[in-house]
Amino acid sequence: MSRTRLATIALAAIVAAALPLVMRSDAWLSMAITTLLFVFLGQSWNVLGGYGGQFSFGHAVFFGSGAYATAVLQVKLGMPAIVAAFGGMAAGAFVGAFIGALSFRYGLRGSYFALVTLAFAEVFRIVASSLGITGAGFGILIPLDARALNLQFPSRLAFYYVVLALVGIGFAISIGLERSRFGAWLMAVRENEDAAKALGIDAFRVKLGAIIVSGAMAATAGVFYAQYFLFIDSGIAFGPHVSVEALLGPIIGGLGTAFGPIVGGILLHTLGDLAKRVMGDAPGLSLVLYGVLLIVMLRFLPDGLNGLLRRLFARSPHGVAKRMPANA
Amino acid sequence: MLELRGLTKRFGGLLAVNEASLTVPEGRIVALIGPNGAGKTTLFAMISGFVTPDSGSVQFSGADITGLAPHAICRRGLVRTFQIVQPFGALTVRENIAVGAHLHEAARTTALARAAEIAALVHMEQQLDAPAASLTVAGRKRLELARALATRPKLLLLDEVMAGLNPTEIDEIVEAIRRIRDSGVTVLMIEHVMRAVVSLAEHAYVLNQGRIIAEGTPAAIASMPHVVEAYLGHGAALRMGGQIAVGA
Repeated sequence: MSRTRLATIALAAIVAAALPLVMRSDAWLSMAITTLLFVFLGQSWNVLGGYGGQFSFGHAVFFGSGAYATAVLQVKLGMPAIVAAFGGMAAGAFVGAFIGALSFRYGLRGSYFALVTLAFAEVFRIVASSLGITGAGFGILIPLDARALNLQFPSRLAFYYVVLALVGIGFAISIGLERSRFGAWLMAVRENEDAAKALGIDAFRVKLGAIIVSGAMAATAGVFYAQYFLFIDSGIAFGPHVSVEALLGPIIGGLGTAFGPIVGGILLHTLGDLAKRVMGDAPGLSLVLYGVLLIVMLRFLPDGLNGLLRRLFARSPHGVAKRMPANA
Repeated sequence: MLELRGLTKRFGGLLAVNEASLTVPEGRIVALIGPNGAGKTTLFAMISGFVTPDSGSVQFSGADITGLAPHAICRRGLVRTFQIVQPFGALTVRENIAVGAHLHEAARTTALARAAEIAALVHMEQQLDAPAASLTVAGRKRLELARALATRPKLLLLDEVMAGLNPTEIDEIVEAIRRIRDSGVTVLMIEHVMRAVVSLAEHAYVLNQGRIIAEGTPAAIASMPHVVEAYLGHGAALRMGGQIAVGA
């Protein structure tokens, strides 16, 4: 890894760890926690969509499975929070394996895969809003009992550091993909599945592995959400806005890069927050803003902010050549 | 090493390959030639597992590999290249070749180092860090070859690796293929460039309209009247009066 990259990572980690000690407002802290949570969700999406090229449009199915599994296990079955949290992660991995096995076995790619994931998320949302064990239309309230053993921390600051650690783990997973055989196989499958098969790669198993990891990560985000807000319902957990949040950050920041979901997620939430302050909290406003942003990004910066930064700083002949047609 | 028995593939009403049988002995370079649309690429696709034959069998190293998945066949040491090159566009040349090397090397650094060695074999050491999407046609053909080589194959299926290259580039790749054979890899190649076929292959098969119509040394094949007619049309051999040039 280059020295500048290491320095950037170290600097970002220090700033992130020190910021809440400087910014002491509760409002800022809760916004930072939500932002980092969705950064982590974006990192989970990026494993499958960015590195693996399998665009899921229904990551809410994993997020919601994690949130519901941990809530049901604690509230309805009386398990300790720690056990329930691991149950939530396992639920995400299992749902990932199930959806992956079905869709990759039948060779679903591109928009077909996106539609299948979207359909699964909707089915899960409807089931969660109908069954008794998931609290049906009322949702599930996790009783407040603020002890670390319950994964309920007395201060917001502790939650901040937990979610910051999750983002750190997400970043480490991304770097791991870039420097491992599994990651090389995953990117080869993304670039050209037939060529990958001809070189001995079992594309089905590689994609299945990616969706399991991605599902477990997104479910972990769901577990955190449940422990932090102590309330979930079917719309919060499985709603389409969760799926949109998951994919927007990485696309804006840079697909298949370690920094992409972080840069994109922070930008997205800062803009969303600004828009709220300027224009008032009109319902659906953030979604309109996200839509506009997505169109602008895909038209002018298809490789995301990360790609833009790389081109600005590297000034390689390749980068210049790529920019020419856009200006012409 | 490789033995095909009665391989047949039908696409709807079109009989693409009809009862094709051929043998590739270990350590040899064998060529498969034939006019466009003869079924050569379909035959390769059946050998490498991308297309399942309707009937017939593929024996490789004494085992029946008919109908196995492409990745499983590759792991046994039978690797193909694609006529229409399929680079991993967003990855660099080094990363492309490393994907092949990863078949036997779990560690990333070893695979990347091995990729650099393989690149030197096909004269790509200058382009190691270039994105594969930026390569010329000749570069992409070499990359196909390098990636396949990196998997350490026993048998290499080369599908028109010389198409679109200039004479100097052809000479280079002919030399590279000869070195590959000398290092112990058996080669079965589809090729239109007769100059290369004549200088490389000990034995050649001619496929026309899905059938093997001739076999023998490349020079002998090029003077067989029914082979000439397959390429140039009925009566061509007679009109040329046996004056058949062997050229590129």
